[in-house]
Amino acid sequence: MNNEAIIIEGPQVAHGHEAADHHGHEHHEQHFIWKYIFSQDHKMISKQFLITGIIWAIIGALFSVLFRFQLGFPDTSFPFMESMLGEWAKGGKLSPEFYYALVTMHGTILVFFVLTAGLSGTFANLLIPLQIGARDMASPFMNMLSYWFFFAASVIMLISLFVETGPASGGWTTYPPLSALKEASLGSGIGMDLWLMGMALFVVSSLLGGLNYISTVLNMRTKGMTLTRMPLTIWALFFTAVLGVLSFPVLFSGVILLIFDRNLGTSFYLSEIFIGGKALPHIGGSAILYQHLFWFLGHPEVYIIMLPGMGMASEVLSTNSRKPIFGYFAMIISLIGITLLAFLVWAHHMFVTGMSPFLGSIFVLLTLLIAVPSAVKVFNWITTIWRGNLRFNPAMLFALGFVSLFISGGLTGLFLGNSALDIHLHDTYFVIAHFHIVMGVSAFFGMFAGVYHWFPKMFGRYMNNTLGYIHFFITFIGAYLIFWPMHYEGIAGMPRRYYDFSAWESFKQFQSINGFISIVALVVFLVQLLFVFNYIVSMFKGRKLTTQNPWGSTTLEWTTPINPGHGNWEGDIPEVHRWPYDYKDNGEGGDFIPQTTPLRPGEESH
Amino acid sequence: MSGFIMISLIILVFVIIYQIGKASEYAAILRGEKKVNAQVNRAIAFLLVVMFVLGLWGIWECHNYFKDMMLPVAACKTGERYDAMFNTTLVVTGIVFLLTQAILFWFCFKYQASDKRTTYFFAHSNKLELIWTTIPAIAMAVLVGIGLRNWYEVTSPAPAEATVIEIVGKQFNWLIRYPGKDNELGKRDFRKINDANNVLGLDWSDPHNSDDIIAQNGEMHVVVGKPVKLVIGSRDVIHDVGLPHFRMKMDAVPGITTTLWFTPTITSDSMKLITKNPNFVYEIACDQLCGKGHYAMRGTIIVETQAQYDKWMTSQSSYYATANPAATPAVPAAEVKDAPVADSTKVISMK
Repeated sequence: MNNEAIIIEGPQVAHGHEAADHHGHEHHEQHFIWKYIFSQDHKMISKQFLITGIIWAIIGALFSVLFRFQLGFPDTSFPFMESMLGEWAKGGKLSPEFYYALVTMHGTILVFFVLTAGLSGTFANLLIPLQIGARDMASPFMNMLSYWFFFAASVIMLISLFVETGPASGGWTTYPPLSALKEASLGSGIGMDLWLMGMALFVVSSLLGGLNYISTVLNMRTKGMTLTRMPLTIWALFFTAVLGVLSFPVLFSGVILLIFDRNLGTSFYLSEIFIGGKALPHIGGSAILYQHLFWFLGHPEVYIIMLPGMGMASEVLSTNSRKPIFGYFAMIISLIGITLLAFLVWAHHMFVTGMSPFLGSIFVLLTLLIAVPSAVKVFNWITTIWRGNLRFNPAMLFALGFVSLFISGGLTGLFLGNSALDIHLHDTYFVIAHFHIVMGVSAFFGMFAGVYHWFPKMFGRYMNNTLGYIHFFITFIGAYLIFWPMHYEGIAGMPRRYYDFSAWESFKQFQSINGFISIVALVVFLVQLLFVFNYIVSMFKGRKLTTQNPWGSTTLEWTTPINPGHGNWEGDIPEVHRWPYDYKDNGEGGDFIPQTTPLRPGEESH
Repeated sequence: MSGFIMISLIILVFVIIYQIGKASEYAAILRGEKKVNAQVNRAIAFLLVVMFVLGLWGIWECHNYFKDMMLPVAACKTGERYDAMFNTTLVVTGIVFLLTQAILFWFCFKYQASDKRTTYFFAHSNKLELIWTTIPAIAMAVLVGIGLRNWYEVTSPAPAEATVIEIVGKQFNWLIRYPGKDNELGKRDFRKINDANNVLGLDWSDPHNSDDIIAQNGEMHVVVGKPVKLVIGSRDVIHDVGLPHFRMKMDAVPGITTTLWFTPTITSDSMKLITKNPNFVYEIACDQLCGKGHYAMRGTIIVETQAQYDKWMTSQSSYYATANPAATPAVPAAEVKDAPVADSTKVISMK
């Protein structure tokens, strides 16, 4: 596809090279609707994804604060909850049904709507065209559709929060039969149908986006941008899209079968059930089948969440260490390794479902294998900062925090991936601690690093550094304070998804620590609001950029104008001559050489 | 109203913090941005080290706080194996954790930006990469080795002499069935379930059922030192038999049967002394979200001596007898066993 021919901006058409020819004088101003709402400009779509993601993140995090109140202080009543939630919190105390609804929606929102759509939707859209030197995505229209399907999914999910029987409450994994039978729980009523519809639309959005990212990366690179000259962000986002495209359809099929079981009387997942005072006619289905379908997406999903953060952390660490990323090829190979293995480890979520122990042992082997590429990445990041010249701006701090959290969360994966240890730790707080650190907080840190680093490219302004520092330190310390003690609770066998532990002789001793965790969670939540505040105010009031390349980066996005229009570059798209990590003496006193600089005589390409 | 005031207050605090941040931005420009940035950079590097040291102290304190709570005394043989493996993994990962985090934060401090240093252009080294691919691979192989040995031990078939006990989950409690004198669990069918007099759907045409005993209070009795095999099922949604003191758990899935076996080594009474907790009890925790009462789906296990167990067992009557007091007044289990098809059909038609 020709890079120059794809810019179609609503009814008013402005070709890329037309803009180039006329550069200097304004071409017709777009209407508000085509510029900000039904925009086909990848940069605007990325902002739409990010802002929708931020709104979801606030809702999802607020849910966790609400249920943390219950977990931390089960005997206290909070009148504000009743005024906020009405009959779901009669007397200022969450009802168990709504507690489970909050837990479920917290997971759904953060895993899918924030850390999948909000994360790769934002950065794949923003960075792929800018860093590979394309005017826009392969199909800007499909890209726009991807956002609007996500928006529709969001609306349905939001509606489900307000239905009378409450939103889905069977956990974010929504295992049937609990999620399939209306008799089994309040949340398995209309709330569950809306959840399934929302997820189906979400998958559509994710596929439209993913196919676009893949074809853009493969087809639309500028001259000289060979695959091995692509920044690691692009590699990571590319594999993220591959993972999504190959695994989301499986979730889709799982969701569709569940819709059938719920509404059309099929028995894919149901067998031999007696509930609500009567035996159901279903025989021969398998509840485990759903788990296989779910986790065939669910595990790659973890990497869909992690990979963008890995890519962005690599980029930010390298830029702010003023050093090339160590082991560029090893980084790519480990990404490939992770991508392949991600499809072969799903059943480690199912060691205790009664699956054949032999099959379990195969998954143990494959699961621990995935630790090897992950370890390689960690060592490479650490070597990247070794003998560098580290600038601690907020983006860099979050990238460093990402590495720290990735180590901590990754290591606890060695416990859970080993079935002989998982058999005790499964579904306890240890699991909560593990995945929140590694794919929750760590992925968020990658995202924050990206937001602080590329905010200037998005809005032509800086975010405020002081607030960034406050945000980093409190979030980093808070994350460890929240999740570190949870490991110990889990090792003692404390089950997750419990509303109240006071009746349990084995677990009630942790009550005071639960209270402590809840207080820290509230503080960390408020600091995230501070970040959002910084983000919004900086959009309009932040310090303006005076230079095209504020961080001294080598990559192409910093060769565009400070506020690039649709089409990104005025004039021709620059040609690429070298790999993206030439942080070295440029012979004129600078410490980096942009990708667009031709090789000097005698200089070897990487 | 109070909510509104709260929100306004939070926004006000944010505005103030933002203004301070903004002011420091302007001040930096006035005082020379380069100089201020260098100062900030140094301060952050220092803070990172402080944070790391405080973090180590925090981990130490946290560990001491939880030391006695984290792994409750293991009450079976495989549980002891489990603890050994757990500790090995903890040591391995602990060393890696401390080393990598220490290096990460040390580098942050050591290589903080300085005009004097030129960075070292170091793009790759096959030797290093080979080293840190191989070492984790070997470490993983060792952990997998230990893990699979334990895994096959835990999941191996139960010994033939094991006591068989069925445990069935339903929203929101556990039903426990003992095979009775004939030592065999009779057939059951979910279509025969009736909450009034046949909670597990026992098929009365199967004579093995006549002496089966069902406990509906979620209390399971097992004999110390004797292997016990749990046959796990579910009546409605997925549950999970979680046994923290025996270091194992297994899902209860409707439509399929799962199993678990272990040999308890410590009686409940000894455990009360060991834990110095007179209220100690082995608990069965449901570990798979099963609905609104999930958190209260609690069962208990009484581990006792053979003599205590036998005494308890003799005080139990068969489920057939308790569920049908009118139909079979005090019929001894043995007689029921021989009896009858007529009887059973009557019971079924009574529903």
